[in-house]
Amino acid sequence: MTKRYDGFTLDSISFDVPKGCIMGFIGQNGAGKTTTIRSLLHITDIDSGEIRLLGLDHIKDETAIKKRIAVVFDELPFHDVFNAKDMARIFEGMYPEWDNTVYQQYLERFQLPKKKKIGQFSKGMKMKLQIACALSHNAELLVMDEATTGLDPVVRDEILHIFMEYLQNGERSILMSSHITSDLEKIADMVTFIDKGKILLTGYKDEIIESHGILKCDKERIAEIDAEDIVSIRLNNFGAEVMVQDRENASYKYRDCVIDPASLDDIMLYYVHRDVKEWS
Amino acid sequence: MNINISNASGEPIYLQIANQIKTLILEGKLKEGEMLPSMRILATELRISFMTTKRAYEELERDGFIESYTGRGSFVKAQNLELYREEQIKRIESLLIEASDTAQKAGITMQELHELLDLVNGGDQHLIMRLRSRA
Repeated sequence: MTKRYDGFTLDSISFDVPKGCIMGFIGQNGAGKTTTIRSLLHITDIDSGEIRLLGLDHIKDETAIKKRIAVVFDELPFHDVFNAKDMARIFEGMYPEWDNTVYQQYLERFQLPKKKKIGQFSKGMKMKLQIACALSHNAELLVMDEATTGLDPVVRDEILHIFMEYLQNGERSILMSSHITSDLEKIADMVTFIDKGKILLTGYKDEIIESHGILKCDKERIAEIDAEDIVSIRLNNFGAEVMVQDRENASYKYRDCVIDPASLDDIMLYYVHRDVKEWS
Repeated sequence: MNINISNASGEPIYLQIANQIKTLILEGKLKEGEMLPSMRILATELRISFMTTKRAYEELERDGFIESYTGRGSFVKAQNLELYREEQIKRIESLLIEASDTAQKAGITMQELHELLDLVNGGDQHLIMRLRSRA
């Protein structure tokens, strides 16, 4: 799909989230993550293309889709004067499959007070409340925009674990945007990189991590490396680090060079600089 | 059943899992017919992608260590212990032939070769170094 703004375009982006998968949607702030998510939820209109959620058209079948998905935003979209109990009443009216027992279990697990006003909740508590709501109506697809950003590592870990439990039956899927790749490095099955409104890379996380590598060599030797093997090159005063997209092939071709494994962060970093090729 | 994953080893996580389960089977700690944890549970427990555990199990299945049935789970397969041992013995044999050839060409005695094997096995690097300096 394509979505044009003044000065920014989501440029014919395309990706799939297979059933049962956790898809990590990775990109810098301003890369287009939130616009993509807003588009697929039909909060904003797209200019061209097609979006299908659970096999249904995102505009024509919007009402049907929204009953079967859950959305978590980085900011709590509920009014400050409500408490956790009020939320249950509101959600019960919205979702046919709302399950109050499940909701109560999550509230207890997250140690959230039932009668305290949301306005007095900490950031972590607000996020937990949103997640408790999202997981309590048997949603088949969770869409999360920076849901774990701004939370402390202990809470993040707890929440990631709960997401994995939620996917246990293999029938549910998660699309999760984040610029914190360490969370996704652990639990994501697939990743999609977005930068300046374009998809750089999408596929299985393990394959992406295993295929890429950082080749270390002297600056003078860069010329010997085929352009087609290179994503981009990071130069420093004492040498060069080259992101290669086929680590196995590169280790065979450039035998005397060290090739380190690359993390998702590394991969994003080098792809973001792919147009300048050499950077520092 | 214990599985320990290293993020620093550079070995792909699915291989680490597959190899550790292989070892457990070969050591008899996982017995024939025994059910393995589901791929989803293993992933959740280890906090890794489901795709990673799926790949590990596929690897184990391809190598004949386990059998998976949709909806029922994965089970440790029979018979292959003997087969695996045989294959490994054959492999070791060919490696030893190479070692013994190299030793003969270099004039290293069988006695020294035996000593070397004991040392390698014991992992005593100092003794290996001493043997090297003797040569």
